Amino acid sequence: MKRYKIEEKVFNVLMKVATGIILLSLIWILATIVYKGLPYMSWDMVSRTPQGGFYMGKEGGVLNAIVGSLYLAGGSTILALFISLPVVLYLNVYRRKKSAFSTFIRSSLDILWGIPSIVYGAFGFTLMLLFGLKTSLLAGIITLTLLIIPIMIRAMDEVMLTIPKGLFEASYSLGATRFETATKVAIRKTLPGIVTAILISFGRAVGDAASVLFTAGFTDNIPTSLSQPAASLPLAIFFQLGTPVPEVQGRAYASALILTLLILAISLSSRYFTKRYLKNKI
Amino acid sequence: MSSQGRILKDKIAHKVMLAFVWLTIILLLVIALGLFIKAWPLFKTVSISDLLFSTTWVPYEGKFGMLSFIISTFWVTGVATVIAVPLCLLCAIYLSEYANKKVIAWVSPLIDILAGIPSVIFGIWGVIVIVPFVRDILAPMFGVSSTGYSILAGGIVLSIMVFPIVIYVLLEVFKTVPEDLRNAALSLGANKWIMIRKVLLRKAGPGIISAIVLGFSRALGETLAVLMVVGNVVDLPSNPLEAGYPLPAMIANNYGELLSIPMYDSALMLCALVLFVIVVFFNIIARIILRRIEKKIS
Amino acid sequence: MTAKLKMSQSDAACAEGSICINNLNVYYGDRHALKNININLPTRSITAIIGPSGCGKTTLLKCFNRLIDSVDDITVTGQVLVDGDDIFAPEAEVTDIRKRMGLLSQRPYPLPMSIYENVAFGPKLHGVKEKSKLNEIVEHYLKEASLWDEVKDRLNTPASRLSIGQQQRLCLARGLAVEPDIILGDEPTSALDPISSHHIEQKFLELKKEYTIVVVTHILRQARRIADYLIFMYMGEIVEHGPAKEILENPKEKRTQEYVKGIIS
Repeated sequence: MKRYKIEEKVFNVLMKVATGIILLSLIWILATIVYKGLPYMSWDMVSRTPQGGFYMGKEGGVLNAIVGSLYLAGGSTILALFISLPVVLYLNVYRRKKSAFSTFIRSSLDILWGIPSIVYGAFGFTLMLLFGLKTSLLAGIITLTLLIIPIMIRAMDEVMLTIPKGLFEASYSLGATRFETATKVAIRKTLPGIVTAILISFGRAVGDAASVLFTAGFTDNIPTSLSQPAASLPLAIFFQLGTPVPEVQGRAYASALILTLLILAISLSSRYFTKRYLKNKI
Repeated sequence: MSSQGRILKDKIAHKVMLAFVWLTIILLLVIALGLFIKAWPLFKTVSISDLLFSTTWVPYEGKFGMLSFIISTFWVTGVATVIAVPLCLLCAIYLSEYANKKVIAWVSPLIDILAGIPSVIFGIWGVIVIVPFVRDILAPMFGVSSTGYSILAGGIVLSIMVFPIVIYVLLEVFKTVPEDLRNAALSLGANKWIMIRKVLLRKAGPGIISAIVLGFSRALGETLAVLMVVGNVVDLPSNPLEAGYPLPAMIANNYGELLSIPMYDSALMLCALVLFVIVVFFNIIARIILRRIEKKIS
Repeated sequence: MTAKLKMSQSDAACAEGSICINNLNVYYGDRHALKNININLPTRSITAIIGPSGCGKTTLLKCFNRLIDSVDDITVTGQVLVDGDDIFAPEAEVTDIRKRMGLLSQRPYPLPMSIYENVAFGPKLHGVKEKSKLNEIVEHYLKEASLWDEVKDRLNTPASRLSIGQQQRLCLARGLAVEPDIILGDEPTSALDPISSHHIEQKFLELKKEYTIVVVTHILRQARRIADYLIFMYMGEIVEHGPAKEILENPKEKRTQEYVKGIIS
């Protein structure tokens, strides 16, 4: 008994240390990005596109990448929503009962969720070759859409699963069809949760680089049509860091700060909606 | 609207939704098929064993042995797993058994934030912090000189990236151990630690394994962060302080020359396919274990 | 008019608003949950289904509006005739069946919308569009459920802000607004405080003049207070049924006697 008491004390310390290390690593990462990036932050960084000689240390900013990332993430989030919502409603309203088929669907989605983004990128590339597309905003959006569909479906599925059966029964007993129950009751009931799922997916799309590497290309201009290539923040950071010029590397840090702030803002607002969702739950 | 019309609408919606469901499921097959078709020309000229089990990677001569990339991938992922598993296990036990609500309310959003940080940010942090750490502190400790860009650096960065998913899954798994069982152990006079060792960890054993496998397979495909710190040298690594060149990094790094060398695109697509197969394989194993646990409970 | 035809064929008691059950069997997987149920429920009165928990009361109730459909792993055989139509017939439209029955569940489930929209939900689905008509309906049925005075100034607030007792009355108003012939109650007062319970019971006693009411309850005293007709179930079977007075005062079966005396529960 005494041995266990000592063991428990030792492990208790170890557990707290482990938790500390995990939290510390997050704080360390954020602090490093802020510390390194802040000195290079300027209004130019967020308001201008790269000018001539930007990658040698001359003037400009990464507006091209910021806008590019927002276009890519925005486009793919909207597309993914159009595909995810029917799937989630199907799973939770039409196939509420447990069945081999719904288990199969969820398992397939879990596996899709686990596929690395670089594989989606490579697949997107084969699609591009197949359809004769060039690296473009459109190709990037399509690839990102595929990447975030499983993320979005999973997040929405989780909130829809919390709808009590009684609510469905109440709607049905008023003579509502399943479709009416899905659109008028289920969606309304989980709206904050759906918004959270959308934000999580948007965040993933903003931060992902490996899938757009092959497909969206990179450009110093802000794309004006779907067929033009588009820059993205992660790739801008990656490329700037790869240059030997200290000034440009500094800008990579500043770009990383911009990306981090963007992600934090998305993450915080999704927390806000989750909280609201929990509050609305009866 | 007439009730006939509404019912018709309901039925049409059913079919449309089902179509979307199939579309999503088929995506899995289509990805595999697409990569396979692109890689196909390679199979005709090079034998599969030369592709998978040779270390000679000389694209100009049409030699595409991917073994060193595969080995590198497992090295980096292995290092990450070794670092992440004990930390995550300790953290998850703490959060699920010991921590009070206040601590959890602080810790869980931070882990959420960690989960949302993009790969490239981890990479840049790795370059700034971990690479010099390996170069100036760890390598000299072992009496080796290293640039710091190494499998170890990749593994450290990667381990932090998989913390959130491993902890999430572990917490879910611990939740499935029934409260009654814990209380039974506690009421027999076991203290909390004995209960954890004898009941929780034993009952959750398969779940813990699946959490590890899921983290592992997530780490396998991580690209940018690893690419930035791992060194990217085509060679069979012998220890973690050497540079490595995992599959995802290799695919990402060479997309530029994709179409300039014959068969090169096929080779890269094959690399993606191999990665796909490995990841799907581990994922399926982990999911089967988790489903079993879920079933047992319900 | 086909309904009338069928009625004369099957059973004279199957008048409008009645429920007739022939040889109903329900299985959950391998478990035989309802065994050979045969009974006709009287119209325009309150029928209470009583019995110990797990005896199949709720399962039986859920067969009447086919909510049983959404239970995992279920098999149903036999007939349930509502107004003479077999609701388990392959061509029967589930939405039409459910429209004829209002449901009050164990605890209220207000729809995620305002008080007004909760009541207007059913009528809107079934084609009422004019705002003035809807206003009328909402007011009428909220009054019918004795809720109007408490909520008339805040019709646009979310229904979830009402107290549980008010929510249950809202659910009643919502159910009545689709103009059903039958009201089903699945232990409708089990989550309510005594005063709200009393409200609902009083309401049922008024409503039975116009509706057929079927209530599942595990409170014997409640059955005594409101039921005209009683069905006693045990282990998936109907042990005894008849006018409430008879069953409560002169039960024939031993199991019914024991239940009524409180020996089995």
